[in-house]
Amino acid sequence: MAKAPSAEDIAALRERFSEAIVGVREGLGEVSAYVAPAFLLEVCRYLRDEPRYQFNLLSDLTGVDLGLDQEPRFEVVYHLYSIPLGHRLRLKAQLPSEGPSIDSVTPIWKTANWHERETFDMFGIVFEGHPDLRRILTPDEFQWHPLRKDFPVRGYDDF
Amino acid sequence: MGLENKVVNALPEVLTTRLDWIVNWARKSSLWPATFGLACCAIEMMAITAPRNDVARFGAEAFRASPRQADVMIVAGRVSKKMAPVLRRIYDQMPEPKWVISMGVCASVGGIFDNYAILQGVDKIVPVDVYVPGCPPRPEGLIYAIMKLQEKIQTDSLRDRPDVPMLEEPALAGREA
Repeated sequence: MAKAPSAEDIAALRERFSEAIVGVREGLGEVSAYVAPAFLLEVCRYLRDEPRYQFNLLSDLTGVDLGLDQEPRFEVVYHLYSIPLGHRLRLKAQLPSEGPSIDSVTPIWKTANWHERETFDMFGIVFEGHPDLRRILTPDEFQWHPLRKDFPVRGYDDF
Repeated sequence: MGLENKVVNALPEVLTTRLDWIVNWARKSSLWPATFGLACCAIEMMAITAPRNDVARFGAEAFRASPRQADVMIVAGRVSKKMAPVLRRIYDQMPEPKWVISMGVCASVGGIFDNYAILQGVDKIVPVDVYVPGCPPRPEGLIYAIMKLQEKIQTDSLRDRPDVPMLEEPALAGREA
């Protein structure tokens, strides 16, 4: 079973990015690090390239709508895995309800391409610098983002 | 007025019948389904061709991957709104005469998928001849639908069947150019 990075690794990461990592949550043997959106690319590149971490696989990227009454309302979640070291780390970046937007991690992990398209399609989160940010699951003429909490499950009559 | 008897006596190797009847009999006895498996219903659709159910007994075992060679479309599974134009296009590509079986509750009315992504009944985009209830229907259910469709085909008349326009006028004009 994949393990979380050691406590020393986490402490070293927090020290290295004292400004970028705004919080860490641990539980059930997993670690989630909250990253300020402005520093996301920097942190991700470091985590991939630094010999101590070697997170060379982005195993999942998705979004969360925390609710209409929440601010920040949206979260983008990155699940990282290191094939050589066999450990996992979860990154979370929180975004505002108005115009949620974050840097694309496609320059770092190419697999993020379709994951970010799906997250854009479902939540309307814009990924800056994405090479081809089109809808991927809903039809091209679809106008809404169906996994937002304010979207009715039956959709709208005119579609 | 005994004309048939005279023909039979004079030409014993000739069989006389109604044109409608013989054409319908030929059509219903070799229904070639277009493979349109969209979800779990497709597993049951595949099962009808297997030896236990053996739809070859009804002449409908030749599943075609090309709509050009098929005359009955078995819509097996929920149709997403993204798939709907594709399904309609494949239906349009099938040559007349053609029929549609809506297999399972999802294809018929949306089933449990009462949501924004799924078409609430395939009859919104193509004319359906037989609906099969079930989630999914058992293979016997689908075979029964094929038998019902055969009954329907047998009552057809060449004079009644309208030639459905294959394409919308603008699309047709584009093709001819």
